[in-house]
Amino acid sequence: MGGFIALAGRFLPDLLQGAGVTIEITLVCVCAGFILGWALALGRIYGGRALHLACTAYIELVRGTPLLVQLFLLYFGLPDVGLVLPPVLAAGIAFGLNTAAYQAEYFRGAIQSIPASQVIAAQALGLTRFQIIRYIVFPQAMRIVLPAWSNELIYMLKYSSLAFALGVPELMGRANLIASRNFRYLEVYLLAAVIYVGLVLLLSSVLGLVERRLKVPGLAGQGRES
Amino acid sequence: MEALFRELPWFLRGVGVAVEVLLGVMGLGLFLGLGAAMLQVYGPPPVPFLVTIVERILRGIPPIVLLLLIFYLPWNLPPLLVAILGLGLCSAAYQSQIFRTAFLSVAVEEIEAARALGMSGPQSLFHVVLPQAVRRALGPWSNELASEIKDTSLAYIVGVVEILRQARYVISYTYGNSLLVFGFCALIYFLLTRLGNSLLFRLERRLWVPGFVDRQGRLPTRR
Repeated sequence: MGGFIALAGRFLPDLLQGAGVTIEITLVCVCAGFILGWALALGRIYGGRALHLACTAYIELVRGTPLLVQLFLLYFGLPDVGLVLPPVLAAGIAFGLNTAAYQAEYFRGAIQSIPASQVIAAQALGLTRFQIIRYIVFPQAMRIVLPAWSNELIYMLKYSSLAFALGVPELMGRANLIASRNFRYLEVYLLAAVIYVGLVLLLSSVLGLVERRLKVPGLAGQGRES
Repeated sequence: MEALFRELPWFLRGVGVAVEVLLGVMGLGLFLGLGAAMLQVYGPPPVPFLVTIVERILRGIPPIVLLLLIFYLPWNLPPLLVAILGLGLCSAAYQSQIFRTAFLSVAVEEIEAARALGMSGPQSLFHVVLPQAVRRALGPWSNELASEIKDTSLAYIVGVVEILRQARYVISYTYGNSLLVFGFCALIYFLLTRLGNSLLFRLERRLWVPGFVDRQGRLPTRR
């Protein structure tokens, strides 16, 4: 046990630096996925026939295939057509495109849970389409979707560890490097696991706090555990 | 393109291995998850708390980290077993949540009524709670199945020769075609998840009994 603590002291600074990269990747990708996800959800619900089909196909294809395959497609596959991406960029794009599809489905569920009569009422008041989405749909949908959306954020934090397969120096990549240099696989991966659990618990409590702050009394579907 | 057809048997072999991993993972997850859910809902005081802690920890560890942890345990387990154990433990944590909510969805009054009719605790669990809970759990369970079908690809990391590993082999035999081969892998996974979903939907339909509705009061619908 004492030996493990000494090892932890030696490896932690490097691992925590990796955890910083993990957080960066997660936040950037989730934000990108947030914007693209809203676009996809709105396209799927309000878009014309072609747009609806395109958004649906994209969402279903991405959600039906493993993230690892998507990573490999971007990193090993794209060079075949002359597009060579550095590992971090390939991982970031793959994560962003992946999480966008999942987020789009959460947003779609939330948007559709808002009573249609509200949209009709807004139209009757003379609001434009954009105004309806901006002032009626978005504020309610975001509050309704938050518990489910938190899961996606946590999922992304955990699955950003896949980037290590491309050699991105995030937490898992660092752990792998340190472990193979020192032949201390078990201890280093255990440390990484502890850091991941800590990050996930921290993130979920922060999200719980945000959820409580944003809560509006009387809004249906809020605070529902999912 | 014809290389893909020539190498198709290898891909199929990979699919076979992936299905093996999947069955192991879902089986282990079902067994542990169901057990954990029962302990969480019906266990005596300190037990639910302890089970919840283990569950929270397992849900916080990325599957890859768990896979590599088990891979580097001092016992030198074979890769297939490592994959099943690692992914199975992750899945158990998620499945226990699914079953816990399903158990809790059965009204306490029904259990009280069963006890009043003279059923023992286990009897009311097996004859009253489980038949309803399992049907209610099937919907979320099929989501878990779909996500585990995709997560079998992680077995690649610990050296299981599943679809992705076969794909890497095929790429090195045929000198290139990465885009095509990985695209083909994506297609295989897409079809597998679709197949899994439709099989479970059929099961859900078949297990349906007249008058049964899920927690939202709906009949089983296609997801």
